Amino acid sequence: MTEKRIKIVEKIMNANDQLATVNRQRIEAVKAYSINIMASPGAGKTSFIIATIQALLNDDVHMGVIEGDTAPVTIDSDKVSDAGVPVIQINTGGECHLDALMVNNALDQMDLEPLDLLMVENVGNLICPAAFQLGTHSNILIASVPEGDDKPYKYPNIYRGLEVLIINKIDLLPYLDFDMEYFQKGVEMLNPGLKTFPVSCKTGEGMEKWLEWLKAKIPQK
Amino acid sequence: MHELSVTESVLEIACKHAEKAQAKKVTDIFLEIGRLSSIIDDSVQFYWDIISKDTLCEDAKLHFKRVPAQLICTECSHEYTLEEELMPCPNCGSARIKVLSGDEFNLDSIEIQR
Repeated sequence: MTEKRIKIVEKIMNANDQLATVNRQRIEAVKAYSINIMASPGAGKTSFIIATIQALLNDDVHMGVIEGDTAPVTIDSDKVSDAGVPVIQINTGGECHLDALMVNNALDQMDLEPLDLLMVENVGNLICPAAFQLGTHSNILIASVPEGDDKPYKYPNIYRGLEVLIINKIDLLPYLDFDMEYFQKGVEMLNPGLKTFPVSCKTGEGMEKWLEWLKAKIPQK
Repeated sequence: MHELSVTESVLEIACKHAEKAQAKKVTDIFLEIGRLSSIIDDSVQFYWDIISKDTLCEDAKLHFKRVPAQLICTECSHEYTLEEELMPCPNCGSARIKVLSGDEFNLDSIEIQR
């Protein structure tokens, strides 16, 4: 019997990353823009998606939504469906995040051709979704102010991989001890110059700037 | 974190390379984990013992090598190692910093018998 050391140096997330590339190609093939929306539970992911849908429906943007949920409940999917947009629900079966394979399967079930914008709502969690690329064009985090101003310091990885940060529920700022300067300093250390939109899905404040940014990203067909 | 799916990936990569090398058995697996990749060794080991059963990797020992996170200040180019908590540049106080290393999450090598 001989013993041998074999050098490999393979990224453990390699299989996921490769499939994420395939997802991106599928989305680009139909000239759509795609976003991965991450947040802790209750930050307002679904409200933000609905507010975005309602604003863009008038502009004749064809949207689709992939809803990730750990439990087989259709609360979020029903809300999106009621807003008049096709939705595919992924039940992760208790898994704490979406991965590229789940999104790939969801793409199989969706009529991609007419899409201009695909929104993926990740599982509510600030840790695991950060490690799994889905293949979307941008990773977006919704941080809501009631969660506290220390989150960038506690969950650095999710902030590092972002293209856009949404600060939601800013209508509550007068009632909270949320130190915006401290929060943004943490963000700046992790992701210098990160595109940030403070909004309130409830009052609509700040949504216009976000929508303007998003519309500029959607390819003209 | 999602230690189970990570452990499954490790097993898949290790078995793929062991088969290619016509190994009878994998005895050791060397993982390289950056300080910024959150993973709990004990839980990977726990899942590993279960899922590696009846594979080429059964009873293989997992070795975790931790790689420290190295940061650089984009203002003054000072390089420093991340201690406990995220902090601005200790040299000039700037918050504009970039990560040089610490993101590693690799299967570095395996030791096999044949």
